[in-house]
Amino acid sequence: MSGATPPEVEVGLAAPEPGPRVEAPFGRRACPVIATESVGAYRLLAVEDHHGPAPLPGQFYMLAAADGWGGEAGERPYLGRAFSVCRSRGTRLEFLLERIGPGTDRLGRLSPGEQMLLVGPLGIGFSEPAAPSSTGVLLVAGGIGIAPIVTWAEALIASGAQPLTLAGFRSRAHTSAAQLLGGDVQIATDDGSQGHDGFVTELLEAELEHDDARAVYACGPPMMLEAVRAICARRAVQAQLALEEAMACGFGACFGCVVRTTTGYRRICVDGPIIDARDLDETWLER
Amino acid sequence: MARALGDDGRVSIGSLELEHPVLNGSGTFDAIAALRTFGDELRRRFPFAGFVSKTITVSPRGGNPPPRLWETPAGLINSIGLPNKGLRGFLQHDLPELATLPVPLIVSVAGFSYEEFRHLVAEVAERPQVAAIELNVSCPNVKSGCVMGSEPDETGALMEVVRSLTSKPLIVKLTPNVSDVAAVAEAAERGGCDAVSLINTLRAVAIDPDTGSPWLGAGQGGLSGPAVRAVALAMTLDVAARVRVPVIGMGGIERGQDALDFFAAGASCVAVGTESFRDPAAGTRIRDEMVALLAKRGFESAQSDFAKVSEPTKK
Repeated sequence: MSGATPPEVEVGLAAPEPGPRVEAPFGRRACPVIATESVGAYRLLAVEDHHGPAPLPGQFYMLAAADGWGGEAGERPYLGRAFSVCRSRGTRLEFLLERIGPGTDRLGRLSPGEQMLLVGPLGIGFSEPAAPSSTGVLLVAGGIGIAPIVTWAEALIASGAQPLTLAGFRSRAHTSAAQLLGGDVQIATDDGSQGHDGFVTELLEAELEHDDARAVYACGPPMMLEAVRAICARRAVQAQLALEEAMACGFGACFGCVVRTTTGYRRICVDGPIIDARDLDETWLER
Repeated sequence: MARALGDDGRVSIGSLELEHPVLNGSGTFDAIAALRTFGDELRRRFPFAGFVSKTITVSPRGGNPPPRLWETPAGLINSIGLPNKGLRGFLQHDLPELATLPVPLIVSVAGFSYEEFRHLVAEVAERPQVAAIELNVSCPNVKSGCVMGSEPDETGALMEVVRSLTSKPLIVKLTPNVSDVAAVAEAAERGGCDAVSLINTLRAVAIDPDTGSPWLGAGQGGLSGPAVRAVALAMTLDVAARVRVPVIGMGGIERGQDALDFFAAGASCVAVGTESFRDPAAGTRIRDEMVALLAKRGFESAQSDFAKVSEPTKK
């Protein structure tokens, strides 16, 4: 720990209601990559995990390449990288990634037959809507944040719900990821190259204007999640947000990935990544 | 130097008996959160010979504003800020759960004054579930403005305050952010500590490439991981040469060979920290690797092995 004097902040380690979770095998295990595929601008990575339980939608894994983890730009990566499960089929786990830095660059170059090191499933998953609504469920995905929404949509459809997914992307180059989705889908692009010309949260406003009795689940960039939070708060709509933050461990050891909630800082890895939107402090994005 | 390591690999630090010489670094493993994540398998395969708690303070602390982490080449800068439930919350909520772990419990405490340390040590030491106490002296003394582990006199004065409070082992966790860490270790030993542990993190800063301002919410933090290992080894060597109490060495231990290097430098025990972030079961793996390396070299018992391994470093 650093010897620096920390500024005074609100006190208390927020302890939320325990969410649904599947326990992980203890330790890190090697799993072979069995398939890779380009999905528009993203990359889908499939591994065979013989030793782990099936994850819940919304849970995540810490991933690293077994070889060549450390020789990328800036002599990184060093730590594992957190990824939500995009799809899970028996022992097959699929992750969606975008190459944005040394960790995702290395993972993005993995080929079938290479080994990946994995810890998980970690964190808590999405919870069923408290009061099942006959009119369905609204899912909101932003960019690569579509990953956990894909598996949650599948689970909802399997349980008889009729989710409508609103999926926003930067441009047409990224929208192929929406093909991974089951159920009804509406697309928005920032540059208007496909679907609604504008933010996905504009689609959400329109849908809630039409019917605000639906529970909302969202994953995407922080600004999008804040917009979803504010919209749902204004209309008193139930919302669960899948948060993302740089993590060192993924299992609550380092206390590095905290978010400001109404009851103090909460670790996204172990008390999230799924967080009830009402629990977020309105200033959670401010530095 | 006196060695706390027995032939069978067991370690004694005062009344603290450890089955093998691998601990966790304070603040690098939250056993309660890990139990929620990994369930009872963690208890069955607990990776450390003793569990060192996250540092507790008298009052509850939320910790530093995010962002709290920055990855470096082979390392990590953290600026966590000692979030904890405070002494009362720890004793009430965490201690009963930590007492269910299959290994001795070492509680790390930090005061911002001698009085706070006195209060913490007195309250924690009287609990039967607590086997030993580690004093985190990397915090500033609000009265003197001086980090208590940065000056031999400050550390000596602290030991004078806390030593008489308990017969349980007191371990002083040394900060590397000083000009002469061994002088501080000597002061701790003179004051009656049962062991010293080192190193805590090295003061470090990361710059946000987009803004040119410090990245971490608190401005600066501490560096850990393999990036600090060579520095930690040098300090362990210095300290072990100048004190008789057992030395718990740590800093970037990633593999069995790294741990052996610390024994060679004079440590009687090692701690695994940042590597547990990458591999939660790293403690067990590192110990297995150590045993395998020693067997390969034809050594049989731990003490003679570590003694032999250390030969080249003895002057």
